[in-house]
Amino acid sequence: METSFSTFFLISLVKVIVVVVILLTAVAYTVLLERKVVGRIQNRWGPSRVGPFGLLQPLADGLKLFLKEDLIPEAVYRPLYVIAPTIALACALLSISMVPFGADIRWRGVDLFQISDINIGLLVILGITSIGVYGIALSGWASNNKYSLLGSLRASAQVISYELALGLSLVGVVMRAGSFRLRDIVNVQATHGLLSWNFFGGFQFVAFFIYLMAAYAETNRTPFDLPEAESELTAGYHTEYSSMKFAMFFMAEYANMITVGCVATLLFFGGWSSPFGHLFDGVATGIVARAVLPLFWFVLKVFLFLFLYIWVRGTLPRFRYDQLMGFGWKFLVPVAIANIIVTSLWMGLLLPVR
Amino acid sequence: MHLALFIVFGAFCVAGALNLLLQRHPINSALSLIVVMSSLAVLYLLLGAEFLAIAQVIVYSGAIMVLFTFVIMLLNAGREERTRGSRMAYIAGFPGAASLISILTFMFLSRRGSFAQATFGGFWVTTNDLSRVLFRNLLLPFEVTSVLILVAILGAVALARKEH
Repeated sequence: METSFSTFFLISLVKVIVVVVILLTAVAYTVLLERKVVGRIQNRWGPSRVGPFGLLQPLADGLKLFLKEDLIPEAVYRPLYVIAPTIALACALLSISMVPFGADIRWRGVDLFQISDINIGLLVILGITSIGVYGIALSGWASNNKYSLLGSLRASAQVISYELALGLSLVGVVMRAGSFRLRDIVNVQATHGLLSWNFFGGFQFVAFFIYLMAAYAETNRTPFDLPEAESELTAGYHTEYSSMKFAMFFMAEYANMITVGCVATLLFFGGWSSPFGHLFDGVATGIVARAVLPLFWFVLKVFLFLFLYIWVRGTLPRFRYDQLMGFGWKFLVPVAIANIIVTSLWMGLLLPVR
Repeated sequence: MHLALFIVFGAFCVAGALNLLLQRHPINSALSLIVVMSSLAVLYLLLGAEFLAIAQVIVYSGAIMVLFTFVIMLLNAGREERTRGSRMAYIAGFPGAASLISILTFMFLSRRGSFAQATFGGFWVTTNDLSRVLFRNLLLPFEVTSVLILVAILGAVALARKEH
């Protein structure tokens, strides 16, 4: 069915609004989840006063950040100081637009569970991530503060170094699917449930762990949070930011975490496909069930990744800087290259020619 | 639609390039260069080269320009001074640039027939097609180029190595 431009535009607009609202809510509640879980790891309660179980805490935090005074120090380079948090947040929100959240269900010829379905979706996510580093780099430089500058220099060096390992770790997955399109990558894994996921059946577990570690470094999370190591750099690149500008960096960090969780789910854990494959397809056959069940699996998997993120943060200490660089260049990159070679040998010698 | 996008991003490209020359602070120039590179990526996309477009973003705007800004931030380069410029630049530069533009315009206009095949969004080179050409038909040139890059890397390492 041919879709007219106006329907396409309207449905896309609605999709964008819905996804942004859900993403920002998810960001707010990831922060709460982190405070709760890290609290329990450290044997305390975490936020528990605002609302039942502290569930309204994100609202209170948001209100507080809105109402705070927006200080801009005298010596900053204003244009870049203002634009840097915008770049960081914009890139973090943009990359979610490539992610397919559920099965390919169309209404009037428009895909309902993905904002844009393009051939090079995976590469676009990588590209947007590589642009996102400017937000951090420029904020540190424009703040005109030693700690900020050091933090942003660390961040740029770290992100450039780990981007290599990250990109190389995805090559095996792409080889298996023969496409950069995220829907194709998931469809390859959806055939036999758990057994055909790239992590298990695709033998990409090495690639998965490389991806996971590189992605933690890319999002500046523990144990790779040297750009904002508070014991050395006060707060790193966002030392001079306050109020909503600080909140934008904060939201960008958590939105990036969610994107990383989505991409890991799509590439290694079968995306929205059920772990049981097509075993229980006959149980629920209505259109609503076919739309909601994949969504449920997807959200569950992403949630587990977020939990893992927080768990790691509560468990591991920070790297030293030379260890960080040595680990990235001398361990992750060679292992990623070895993984590519082994995967291509396996595909070339053992699998039937397609 | 394609034409509108072409005009918008072509304008971005030209404006970024001019801004690159006119700005006095190196970091502003570097940022304008990023705008130029990213708009070029959109122009590639309009011509149907999806892989080239995203490679442009990842490699140029994402990696190389980050290194540029990194170096500028590290050296903390200040504002550049405005000088009169050398006399050679005035004598040779303006006529040179003018003649170059006229030659290019003449070539494009006289060979309009062979350029007219390129249309916006008319054909679509998928990554599959591109890799088939690169790794089958043009495998030898491709591999030789990578050896060339390897030599360049080794040269850079040899130059940067500290003498003991």
